[in-house]
Amino acid sequence: MEDIGNLMQGFAVALAWKNLGFMLLGILLGVLIGVLPGLGGANGVAILLPLTFTMPPTSAIIMLSCIYWGALFGGAITSILFNIPGEPWSVATTFDGYPMAQKGRAGEALTAAFTSSFIGALFAIILITFLAPLVARFALKFGPPEYFAIQLLTFCNFVGMGRQPPIRSIASMMLGFALAAVGIDTVTGTLRMTFGSPTLLQGFDFLVAVIGLFGLGEIFLTMEEGLSFKGKSGKIDAKVVLKTWAELPRYWITSLRGCLVGCWMGITPGGATPASFMSYGMARRFSKNKDQFGDGHIEGVIAPETAAHAAGTSALLPMLTLGIPGSPTAAVLLGGLLIWGLQPGPLLFVEKKEFVWGLIASMYLGNIAGLIIVLTTVPWWAAILRIPFSIIAPVIVVFCAIGAYTVHNNMFDVAMMLVFGVVGYVFKKLKYPLAPLVLALVLGDMAETAFRQSMLLSGGSVRIFWSNPLVGSIVTLALIIFCWPFVSNVMGRMRSREPRAKSA
Amino acid sequence: MTEERETPAGGAVATRWVEVAVGLVFVGLGFLVVADSHRVGASWGDDGPKSGYFPNIIGWILAASGAWIAGQTIYRWKRLAGQVFVTYADFKPVLAMLLPTIAYVILIKLIGIYVASALYIAGFMLFQGKYKWLPTLCVSLGVPGVIFALFEIWFLIPLPKGPLERMLGY
Repeated sequence: MEDIGNLMQGFAVALAWKNLGFMLLGILLGVLIGVLPGLGGANGVAILLPLTFTMPPTSAIIMLSCIYWGALFGGAITSILFNIPGEPWSVATTFDGYPMAQKGRAGEALTAAFTSSFIGALFAIILITFLAPLVARFALKFGPPEYFAIQLLTFCNFVGMGRQPPIRSIASMMLGFALAAVGIDTVTGTLRMTFGSPTLLQGFDFLVAVIGLFGLGEIFLTMEEGLSFKGKSGKIDAKVVLKTWAELPRYWITSLRGCLVGCWMGITPGGATPASFMSYGMARRFSKNKDQFGDGHIEGVIAPETAAHAAGTSALLPMLTLGIPGSPTAAVLLGGLLIWGLQPGPLLFVEKKEFVWGLIASMYLGNIAGLIIVLTTVPWWAAILRIPFSIIAPVIVVFCAIGAYTVHNNMFDVAMMLVFGVVGYVFKKLKYPLAPLVLALVLGDMAETAFRQSMLLSGGSVRIFWSNPLVGSIVTLALIIFCWPFVSNVMGRMRSREPRAKSA
Repeated sequence: MTEERETPAGGAVATRWVEVAVGLVFVGLGFLVVADSHRVGASWGDDGPKSGYFPNIIGWILAASGAWIAGQTIYRWKRLAGQVFVTYADFKPVLAMLLPTIAYVILIKLIGIYVASALYIAGFMLFQGKYKWLPTLCVSLGVPGVIFALFEIWFLIPLPKGPLERMLGY
């Protein structure tokens, strides 16, 4: 009950006029970011992060998280009206959203998408409200082996649950760890991999990597594909909204499934993108109208949107309670917290109560505000997408450059952003996942410290990772997930070989 | 990735070459990390693991995964023949974005971010978008203007400035 009281105080913080203003600004910027090609949740927040350095941390995190909610909402607009997923997690939304728009049911599709996003997010926020304090209290007892185990679980999840070939996830992740190690060793103060260069001394900042990989990389890809935006008009009036709302409760089971899949994938960092695909696939398998999927079935919009938002929101749970982000955007928010001098993790819930609960309260309010804003302003956003790419592209690059520069007021970072942009382009084309690289770059130092401290405790024996049931089961689970693609690959081959052997 | 067997008109870069090259870059970077880890000490010191202990492991895995990817590609070399990384025709617009952006980054260092941005946006709109002078001027002066107001005046975050800003007293 103490938590409810805290939450109410959080509402008081979030409802201050100034914070409400930042919330609104955040949502609007977020939707803009979600709609524009080349700007996504992660790099959008990264670019806007410097603007918040002078703000009080609570207002800043409220604005940044609202940018994130806005970006989650915005992705659906482009998917449905233009058949262009503004964000990777809205790819699955195009499957049924765009056909609906083609049939003149854009209003319905948009209403369904926004409403299900809202429901998914709400479910995840309620989960955070009740689960986060418990996890935080539990995690207070964690030692280095437990921390390392959880980080291992995070990274094994990428390998085991990712949609890309496992070896590519591993390579991408190791590159992230290697880049994270550049600079001063946080434990001993030794210089590593600086090769005598003073610019390399401060290491590679993941914010610069995020802006380059996701921002510039995406722009290069868009240039290659030569996108021209031909969209359907998206008119929404109160009648369509009410009609769709009346229809939605029929699909409650799809929504609930989406919420559960999303929360699971968000907390164990699978991310919003696989969650949306998984939820779409499950909705299709269990639906009574299987054959309607793919040419404009409303369930095909509800399922991925609910899951994507639930995952995107619940990714903040491990970020706040353990300091381990569940998605690149959560990683950027974590970077922000560190810059304001707040160390995410269990102690945050003890030491900075008003901050944590202000943030959680702002999640409720931000999503309600987001739903209202996107429902009322869709046509404007669609109009923004009709601005030609040859104007938008250079403006986005300018903002990326500013974002990269302001991280450390350093020109070297702007040059690095360009290099990361080329890397992002090549990686995307070769199907290397980018999220493991970013998360390894963020967590590199933390994972290394946890690993070294564990090794110190045990005198160099890995047996410490099985020294008690908790750490042992996490590590074992992580290894099982890691090996899963290899096992299922071998099993698949054996199965396909059997019939052939019989026929021979 | 396309399944075409024929080389597209105008030529193209084959995926397999890029794949091997990226794999070998990983191997190279991996060894670089390993070498540097051994320089600072990758073993067990008096007070626990030395600075290179963790990166050493990372370096080996990076090199191994790169070698695996390169090896896998060479093993399937013939089967991957038709896969196109990018056709030259498609790569042209990418270069048209990349080269001006490189110039832009250099210009920021020389003349500050505001003038460089104005030139960059204007150049892009004129040559890439084939816009007339008037809309080009509006956007290319308007955007840096708004950024100036936002950063230098409102949020008080200094961005790189050049001779023009100095002349104006900033």
